Amino acid sequence: MNKMERSLRELREMDTLAAGDSPIHRLCPLVKLLTTIAYIITVVSFGKYDLAGIAVMVLYPVLLFQLSGIPVSTCFYKLRFVLPLVMAVGLFNPLFDRTPLLTVGTLTISSGAVSMLTLMTKGVLCLMASFLLMATTSIDALCAAMRRLHLPGMLVTLLLLTYRYVGVMTEELAVMTDAYHLRAPGQRGIHRSAWGSFLGQLLLRSMDRAGELYTGMQLRGFRGEFHYAAAAPCTPGDAVYLIICAGAFLLCRLVNVAQLLGSLFVR
Amino acid sequence: MADALLAPAAAAAMYVASGTAAGISIHQLKKDDDPRKLPTMAVSAALVFAGQMINYTIPGTGSSGHMCGGMLLSALLGPQAGFLSMIVILAIQCLFFADGGLMALGANVWNMSFYGCFVGYYLIWRPILRGKWFSSLGTRSAQRTRIIAASVIGCVLTLQLGAFSVVLETTLSGITELPFSAFVALMQPIHLAIGLIEGIVTAAVLVFIYESRPELLRDVNISDSRVSARRSLKSTLVILAVVVAVVGGGLSLVASSDPDGLEWALFGNEESGYSQNMGLDEDSFGVDSKAADTAGSIQEATSFLPDYAFPDSDSAAGTTVSGLVGSALVAGVAALICLVGGFFRKKRTAA
Repeated sequence: MNKMERSLRELREMDTLAAGDSPIHRLCPLVKLLTTIAYIITVVSFGKYDLAGIAVMVLYPVLLFQLSGIPVSTCFYKLRFVLPLVMAVGLFNPLFDRTPLLTVGTLTISSGAVSMLTLMTKGVLCLMASFLLMATTSIDALCAAMRRLHLPGMLVTLLLLTYRYVGVMTEELAVMTDAYHLRAPGQRGIHRSAWGSFLGQLLLRSMDRAGELYTGMQLRGFRGEFHYAAAAPCTPGDAVYLIICAGAFLLCRLVNVAQLLGSLFVR
Repeated sequence: MADALLAPAAAAAMYVASGTAAGISIHQLKKDDDPRKLPTMAVSAALVFAGQMINYTIPGTGSSGHMCGGMLLSALLGPQAGFLSMIVILAIQCLFFADGGLMALGANVWNMSFYGCFVGYYLIWRPILRGKWFSSLGTRSAQRTRIIAASVIGCVLTLQLGAFSVVLETTLSGITELPFSAFVALMQPIHLAIGLIEGIVTAAVLVFIYESRPELLRDVNISDSRVSARRSLKSTLVILAVVVAVVGGGLSLVASSDPDGLEWALFGNEESGYSQNMGLDEDSFGVDSKAADTAGSIQEATSFLPDYAFPDSDSAAGTTVSGLVGSALVAGVAALICLVGGFFRKKRTAA
């Protein structure tokens, strides 16, 4: 399986997950979007040594994973993009920041190590939150929510159209890549003699296709913007969910809940 | 760029910057009033998205390269439409493939699309293609050489700017302990190599389009494009690559051998505290508490966000331990939620 087929499968997987049914799936997309943004901002705003404070934030994705029945493994597979970058930046912290923070027996934990761990936790938590949003909301519903937030219609329409065509183009390129490699066995990647023509051919055909596509859309009454099917309206229950979540995030940010819990047991 | 690498204030600032650029682009496109463009933008964006997954074998090495989306899209669609298409590509990458992050999207759009589309187009693509350079080669060959030069220089320069922005954003967010100069010295050369390869691949694609359908490209004079006078693509590329490598390598050497100027420019009067802040002193390694305390107080005074669990008093160990115990409790609660959730799901499937 080549890279493109893998990403096609990933896209399909997200669509399948988003088409499921659970209390989280049924929430109003706008509320889900706002809650996710609030969560990410809260997580990122924690201090860089505040590992204990951030620990409580784990509960939100855990709760959501359980309520929505989304498998956690799918999410961790996606970490392969984000973690290397975060790690590359974070790995230097223990080297440069050697102030001792805690001594356990003979082991001294430096604040650099703590800030590295905090950074990685932040990375994973933010990723989980946006993954959960996408795994429980279809792209159409999300675009409709974006329109309700008054994002420019052109941008939202472009996002929706591009998303539709990403599948088509990726599939086409996957077939082309397979065909190329069958004719050039044992070669890694595209030879330089075909660098321009490989993608160029498809690009030329696609430009023509875009013209036909536009004619087709116009014949069906396209006037520059899509009409969204009546999205699930936000119920009072949705509003309560948003208020509770935002309140909880704020509480966790202002009060170190983990430390408070711990001090009940440690004297 | 990932969410975790940005402070909320920096992320918001980048959102404002990218949002403004997007707003201006949309305004301009609306003024042009060419609705036909929308599907073309979508299809090209989807193609660039997929095309970035193709591996191009780099001759002589075992590695492979990709192409530079921003330059390609703005050469085909113009800077405004290219910018919007790049935003959409980055949004899909961040939403569906977890490449980047929802909060870092503003920064990513700025680093990867703004420079590639606007700087790349207005400062490099258009001046070079409208200029009279290489005219001695014959019209068509000159045009090809201009396209190659614009793509390679454009990709290298815009990637350098993008990489520098990443360093700036991360450092200003107070995320990394890596000194600014070291971070710059690490990022710029890597992106020089990447930009060079991306530029060559982009050039190959654009030259192919020029050969077959020159009218699709921006700022290309098509009136006399059918006069044939070929100059080998390979030799042009080799010459250009050498020139750019020499110039770019020299520039980044200069930049990294004189980091103090940059540091000074960034941190101004704090520079004396800055080196201590980074904990670069050999002495401060270990248990020298005085040095640690000074470093701590400086750090606390200069840090971007307030810290809670920082050791500044005798009770530090106590608070940290209670934090640890609390975190363990949180983990326990999380495990409990999982157990309960699993129990109910099993029940539902059994029913």
